Amino acid sequence: MKQESRSTKFGKYGGQFVPEVLMPALEELTEQYEKHKDDPAFNEELNYYLRDFAGRPSALYHAKRLSKEYGIKIYLKREDLIHGGAHKLNNTLGQALLTKYMGKERIIAETGAGQHGTACAMAGAAFGIRTEVYMGAKDTVRQRMNVYRMELMGAKVIPVKSGSQTLKDAINEAMRDWVTNVETTHYMLGSVVGPHPYPAMVRDFQSVIGKETRTQMMEREGRLPDSIVACTGGGSNAMGIFYPFLEEDVDLFSVEAGGNGLKTTEKEALHSASLCAGQEGVLHGARTKVLQNKYGQILESSSIAAGLDYAGVGPELAYLADIGRIMPCYSLDSEALEAFHDLCRFEGIIPALESSHAIAYVKKAAASGELGDVTVINISGRGDKDLETVLGVKQ
Amino acid sequence: MKIREKFNELKNKNEGALIAYICAGDPSPQATERYVEALVRGGADIIELGLPFSDPVADGPTIQAGIERALNGGMTPDVYFRIVGALNTDVPLVVMTYYNLIFRRGVEKFVKDCVASGISGIIVPDLPAEESGELSVLCKENDVDLIFLIAPTTTESRMKRILAQGSGFIYLMARLGVTGARSDISGSTRDLIRRVRTKTPKAVGFGISNRRQAAEMISAGAEGVIVGSAFVDIIASGKEVEQRLEALAGELKEGMRSK
Repeated sequence: MKQESRSTKFGKYGGQFVPEVLMPALEELTEQYEKHKDDPAFNEELNYYLRDFAGRPSALYHAKRLSKEYGIKIYLKREDLIHGGAHKLNNTLGQALLTKYMGKERIIAETGAGQHGTACAMAGAAFGIRTEVYMGAKDTVRQRMNVYRMELMGAKVIPVKSGSQTLKDAINEAMRDWVTNVETTHYMLGSVVGPHPYPAMVRDFQSVIGKETRTQMMEREGRLPDSIVACTGGGSNAMGIFYPFLEEDVDLFSVEAGGNGLKTTEKEALHSASLCAGQEGVLHGARTKVLQNKYGQILESSSIAAGLDYAGVGPELAYLADIGRIMPCYSLDSEALEAFHDLCRFEGIIPALESSHAIAYVKKAAASGELGDVTVINISGRGDKDLETVLGVKQ
Repeated sequence: MKIREKFNELKNKNEGALIAYICAGDPSPQATERYVEALVRGGADIIELGLPFSDPVADGPTIQAGIERALNGGMTPDVYFRIVGALNTDVPLVVMTYYNLIFRRGVEKFVKDCVASGISGIIVPDLPAEESGELSVLCKENDVDLIFLIAPTTTESRMKRILAQGSGFIYLMARLGVTGARSDISGSTRDLIRRVRTKTPKAVGFGISNRRQAAEMISAGAEGVIVGSAFVDIIASGKEVEQRLEALAGELKEGMRSK
């Protein structure tokens, strides 16, 4: 066990590919995280915030009408009911608490659509820590309301005008800030990506989703599900629900954003499916599967769901895909939209477009039998944020 | 010429080394040869040529913009090795790039391409000593220097490891942060120069842009100074680029002669 906790890698993936200036900070973070993760006082405080602030545990809901429509028994893990409307808060509460324990006075973060940024702003306000969020300039326009939400809670949103002005560039800029202010600042990464210890730490903070699912399934069904389906961009909601089931006989499906199909040009991918169509590379501090051209230049990814729109993926997912423990698959923009409407109409639940990719895969795959008789879909967030996008497609 | 030979030559002349960075292919592959020649005429002792990567996290806005111009101008690793191989210069050449481009090309092929095109050193800002195993071995086998950075935050135990693995020169970061010209170079830079004890020459970079700063670093005990953003700024302006590159190199070098 000790050996495992010291390793920075998952098989050949992961590692710490960062500028020298950050190495001491990563060492400190690793050390502090290892020290506190099993500390009863830390966990008691974290659990208090998860319960009374975030509203955990989230419900596991038997979606009867959708089950009938799709022809498989479906449970929904309702992360859309968590404060802020997405699973992101599980991680930011954990990291904000760690920031407090480390005695750092400032939090920085990147955000794509603004979900992680909002979760940072919430945690920053709850713990009284100054919070600054980097967001692609294009995204600040597309997601104006999330910018305002963050500002209401006291966070400063910094528009990033370099590169494609989206998530990838926001991460680049947050890393640049961190190399400059590393002594006073904690970088609150929002997914299971980046250099060690982030992929393992974010996974641990998110695995509350899977632990609850396990208990709730045993209560309802007296057994574990046959399969679990989760959307995957960076992969934090997927790793969170998968992790407590890795040693069990439960099939795990990682549904990536297929965009307009798995095609690429010299500079762009029409999708964000790094596990399905990426090649090994090094991005944002980790060796993983990356959407890149033949020279190794990173491609601009694309998806209708901003939260899946990323050219890399968590290194542990790349490893689990290689050894055959998870099944990478994808749903197209159009399929996700259709599934979005299905859940609205059949269940009265408006899911995030990200989560809609997972629903869409169940719709496609249920008939083949590969999902078994009982499946759990992780509804990683609610879809209120996506209404403008959906309306835009309709018009 | 090898980097160590250059430092030996300068030591005998009692001079500090001017290491000049520009991004290859900025703004076009054809421009690079003229710019390198201008820098050498001005007095640059070593030329560091950036191989542009799409996501340069260690670089500030000035060099990011240069990298973007180079990528838009059609720079690729293939073009890079072709134009570098065609350079007619005797000063040591160093490639600076991010690890994904090396990884994707294949580490061995990358090092062999360096040798074939006359490159004598490699700097990879997102490759700390812990991850450099494969590249390190291949560099040693092919007599190419692998140059590491030491930051003001680097601990003593890490420093030992880095000094054991690095060769050519040690790249000391004058301050925390990304590349880019700054007017203030802190006293902590002087401490860092003192703190790093090694026979490998020490060169200071990050934020140095004028003669006074360059002279200060040399008198504080550095054997070289790395200047990048100030040159890239000149290229960005597009005005009298060669004359001004030569003039700035000359001015910087002037400050480093009376060691």
